[in-house]
This record gives sequence, C-alpha cells and structure tokens, in this order.
Amino acid sequence: MKTIDNMKNILSALLLAPLFAFSIAASASEEVHLDKAPVDASNHESLQRGARTFVNYCLNCHSANYMRYNRLLEIGLTEQQIKDNLLFAGEKVGDTMKVAMNKKEAAKWLGAAPPDLSVEVRARGADWVYTYMRGFYRDSTRPTGWNNTVFDKVGMPHVLYELQGEQELDHETHELKLVKPGQLSAEEYDTVVGDLTNFMAYMAEPAKQQRNQLGWIVLLFLSVLLVLTYKLKKAYWKDIH
Amino acid sequence: MTNNNKSQDKSQDKSKLASVMGGTLNWVDARFPLTSNIKAHLTEYYAPKNFNFWYFFGSLALLVLVLQILTGIFLTMHYKPDAELAFGSVEYIMRDVPWGWLIRYMHSTGASMFFVVVYLHMFRGIIYGSYRNPRELIWLFGVAIFLALMGEAFFGYLLPWGQMSYWGAQVIVNLFSAIPFIGPDVSEWLRGDYLVSDATLNRFFAFHVIALPFVLVGLVVAHLIALHEVGSNNPDGVEIKKHKDKATGIPLDGIPFHPYYTVKDMVGVAAFLIVFSAILFFAPEMGGYFLEANNFVPADPLKTPAHIAPVWYFTPYYSILRAVPPILNSQFPGVAAMGLSVVAFAFLPWLDRSPVKSIRQRGSLYKGWLAAFVVSFLILGYLGTVPSNVWGQFGAWMGGADRATVVARFFTVVYFLFFILMPWYTKKDKTKPVPERVTG
Repeated sequence: MKTIDNMKNILSALLLAPLFAFSIAASASEEVHLDKAPVDASNHESLQRGARTFVNYCLNCHSANYMRYNRLLEIGLTEQQIKDNLLFAGEKVGDTMKVAMNKKEAAKWLGAAPPDLSVEVRARGADWVYTYMRGFYRDSTRPTGWNNTVFDKVGMPHVLYELQGEQELDHETHELKLVKPGQLSAEEYDTVVGDLTNFMAYMAEPAKQQRNQLGWIVLLFLSVLLVLTYKLKKAYWKDIH
Repeated sequence: MTNNNKSQDKSQDKSKLASVMGGTLNWVDARFPLTSNIKAHLTEYYAPKNFNFWYFFGSLALLVLVLQILTGIFLTMHYKPDAELAFGSVEYIMRDVPWGWLIRYMHSTGASMFFVVVYLHMFRGIIYGSYRNPRELIWLFGVAIFLALMGEAFFGYLLPWGQMSYWGAQVIVNLFSAIPFIGPDVSEWLRGDYLVSDATLNRFFAFHVIALPFVLVGLVVAHLIALHEVGSNNPDGVEIKKHKDKATGIPLDGIPFHPYYTVKDMVGVAAFLIVFSAILFFAPEMGGYFLEANNFVPADPLKTPAHIAPVWYFTPYYSILRAVPPILNSQFPGVAAMGLSVVAFAFLPWLDRSPVKSIRQRGSLYKGWLAAFVVSFLILGYLGTVPSNVWGQFGAWMGGADRATVVARFFTVVYFLFFILMPWYTKKDKTKPVPERVTG
C-alpha cells in the first residue's frame, strides 16, 4: 500500500514537473557562439560530397529513416552512381537510410542512442551542426576521450578525427587549438564539414527548393489576381457613394 | 442572310437554355428553399455600405476554416495516429506523398493564420461595439467559436508527436489536475492514461478530425444565422434599419451583400493569400513561431525539454497562468485566472455601459483603456514565448524576483482591469453624438 502511495507521489511529481519547469527556466546551455554554415541547396557538387561523407561516416550509427537513397537523383546523381558509391549492405535504391545498429545496445555503449538525423538540421539548425562537427576536443575525463564545445559531455566520439586531427580546449580563453594534425588542413576540413552540413540541411527538407521556386509563381499569380479583383470591385462599386 | 440566321439560332438557344434552367430552379424551389435562401443571405441581405478594412476578417476566417478542413482531409489520408508511427508519417507526408509538403504547410500555416484573422475579427467587434444590443448572441456564438478553435488547435498540435507536441499536451492536461477535488480524475480521463501516451494521441486525433470540426462548423452557422437575423453593425455604430426607403423597405445605407461585398471580399482574399503564400513558401516555420524547432525531435516521455512554451496564439493566457503565484500551495488560482482571461470576452456585452457603440464616438478614457489592454495582450503574448528569467532578476529589494514575472503580473492586472472597470469607465467616458446615417 505504501509503495503504491509512493508511486503516486513520484508520478504526480513527474507529471507536474513541466508545469513548474518555467521557474527553473532554460539556461541549461550557456550561449555558445555558432559559426555560419555554408548552406547552398543549389550547389549539387557540395551536396553530393556531403552525401558521401554522410553515408561513409554518419550512417554507421545514425539512421536517416525518412530519407530515400533515390531521392539523391534530385541532386544530380544517377541511379548507378548511387548503387556504386552509396549502397554497401544490399539495400535497394528506393530504401530509406536505415542503420543496422540496435538502439538499446547503442544506448548501452554510448550512454544515449544515436538520434535519427533525417530532420536534425530543422531541430538544431545548420549552424549548430556545422559548429558541432568542428568542436570536438580531447578530454580525458570523458569515457570516449572526447568532448565538444557545442554539446558538453556529448556521448558521441569524434568520428572524423582522422580527417581533422585532435584539438584541445584552452579552458581560459575557450579557444580550440589543433595539437595533432589530421589528413586534412583546417580549411579542407571546414569544407568537408560544410558540405556535410549542406547535405543534412537539404535532407531535412528535400522539397525546400521546389517550395521556393513555386512560391514566386504563386505570388506572381496572386498579384495579378489582386489587381483584377481590385478592378472588379471598383467597377461594381462605382455607383455606391 | 446566313449571319442573320445564325444569330437568330443563337438567341433561340439562349432562351431555350434559360427556360430549361428556370424550369429546373422552379422544380428545386418547390422542394427546397434555394432561391429564397440565396435572397435572404446574399442578394437581398443588406449590409451597411461603409465597411472598412476591419470587415475583411470575418470572410477570411471562413476561408481559412474551409482551407483547414480540405487540407485536413488530405492529411488524414496519410497520417497515422499511433505513437510509434505518427512522427514518421508526418515526414512521409513531407517527402513521399506527392505535394504532401504543400498540403501540410497549408495546414500548419493555416492554423496560425486562423488565429491571426480571428484575433483581428474580434478586435473589430470590440472597437466598433459589435457585441452590443441587439448582437449579444452573435458575440456569444463567436466566443464559443473561439473556445472551440482553441481546443481544435490544442488537440491538433499533439498529432505531429514531436517534443513540443508531447510536453505541451502534458502541461496543458496537467492544468486540469489543479482543479480542486475532481482535477486529477479529469486530467486522467482526458489523457486516457497516467501520462500522455498512444491512448492520448488516438483520442486527440478523434477530437481533432471529427468532434471539434463538427462543433466549429455548427457554431459558425449559428453565428451567421444570428448575424443575418439582426443585420451587421458598422464602423459608425448606427443602425441602418432605422432609415429605410419607404417604397421598397430597403435600408438607405444598405447595399446587397452580393454582389457588392462578395466582390470586395475577393480583394481581401487575394491580399490575404499573398501574405499566406509568402509565409507558406518562404518561411513556413515563421522563425519558430508557427513550427517550433523542438517539434522536429520525436516525442520522448523521458526527456523533458528545458523550455516548454505553447504556440504563439496561446501565449497571452499562458503568461497569465505563470504570473499568478500559487496560493496555499495550489496552482488552481493561476489556472482559474487563465480560464477567466479567455472567458472574460463573453461578458463584454454586459460590461459595456456606454451610450455609444463605436470607437468613433468614444472619448479618451475608453481609448486609453483599450490601448492599455492591447499593449497588455501583446506584452503578455511575447512573455509567454520566453522563459521567465529572460530579463534577469531584480535586486534584493524585490526579493530577487524575475523581472519578466513582475512585468507579467503587472500586465495581467491591467488585462483584467480592462474588463472589471469597464462598467465604470464606459459610463464616465465623454462621448460624441451618434450620427443619424453612416458617414461613409
């Protein structure tokens, strides 16, 4: 009986918590400066390079369950190119970007299951992703040996460290310093991450370009309609004073 | 010769067609009051000729209602009301359903624009005294529409099953548990579970696609029937039925709704659709006000977001909820104040004791209070979107209270004083004489 009462208390505390959450307020993450991501949906080469990086590095742990491989036809790839360069595990070209990793197991290994990345850019913003992927630094206090300036105590290790090398954080100036160079120069690495972010921004809303293009046509049509309806109104109302 | 024949043929065809159509119409009219209804509500419904900008928003609200119902039908064809599938089915609509993204954005933009036009429509009613005798029932139906619309928006917001959907619903349903005695049972009954879950999603879907749309459409019909019974008010607040043409019985300042206001409303529709499309095609998230970033993260019952805020159209009332401090350890006063802040509009017809209806004849006392109310509404609306520590804290002299909370408390008081003191300041206000006829 007592345990039931306890359960009730815990439950009601849990349920009411969000109601009072406002008083604790949202200063959980201190304002981190985010760098501007070079997002350009019309740059197909950048999107293609980003897609390759995404499939090679991210798609081992993170899924993109709502993104179909053959949607990449839109960014200038052919079906054969998709098959040859992006499909490794017998997926079909019309499949979505699934991942074999078991979510429960992953949570055990990393502390949290890697989230699906289909709409990550819409949730966090392109600038966040761009800064985050360049914000990993060595931290021996973390189980993975990595920490991040944008996402403190992140569960994810630095997957691109071979490319970027290793950074350290100066805790006084809050600046990152490259202590062990990787395969790429700093500029080259920024380009790789920029392309990746560009691709993830495209993936978060593949219809965006079509939306913007259609928008101008619709606005043009409606402007003409506005003029016509206005003239019609004037004609009907000419005797009303 | 041949030309002559042709034109004769044509006119014969025309008259034939007209007689067939007339015959059909007679047939229908003998069985259904079609012509008489078109006359009563369109071609012989006489509206004041001096409607201005503010009078566009009634027809626009109707337009958005139709838009929401039509786009809603198509969304329902692809959406899955299931906690496991809901989030994914929305993304499926956005990506794989042909033109699904367009339908979805029309619906999400439509939800916010519905509140924009309804707020402007209500404001029109307030400034021109459209709620006054003999239009109290039109106003009450309107308040009921507003309440139903709030419910409709709230239930619909859970359906994408993102983090904000989930935790917003959690917070709002929990508000009911603050009601003394019956509260906890009521909120459990609403959820169908001890916390927001698949069961909640299913019933909210039912409310959103069947129950409330029915109620809304029914109330809109009642709103219009009541309006057409007593006739429209106008910016001068004069009754056009007082001066009728002796021969025809038509109000001298009245013009048939069709074609005059149908063609005029078409201009409003075109202008509105331009604004609507600019948002839909270029900024469907509207900087996070129409579609919140956190709602692109699937609902997670174990992860409470740091900052939970309702969508912008609920934030004035949410601010009032937060502003009222708990009394005797109970959140009920805040919840009651929030409820009252919405229902207060229903009392306007009886709170307003002014001899005039329209703001055009009111004095500075009323205008001052109205301005204070509008400012309060906007500031409370803004504060509801941000955490209460947004402006930092006062020093020790104020007990270190959050600045934004103190400001919200002040404007909550002003908000309610607008209603509570209305019988006094509308009576005391220096008014101008009401003109006999509309001033154009």
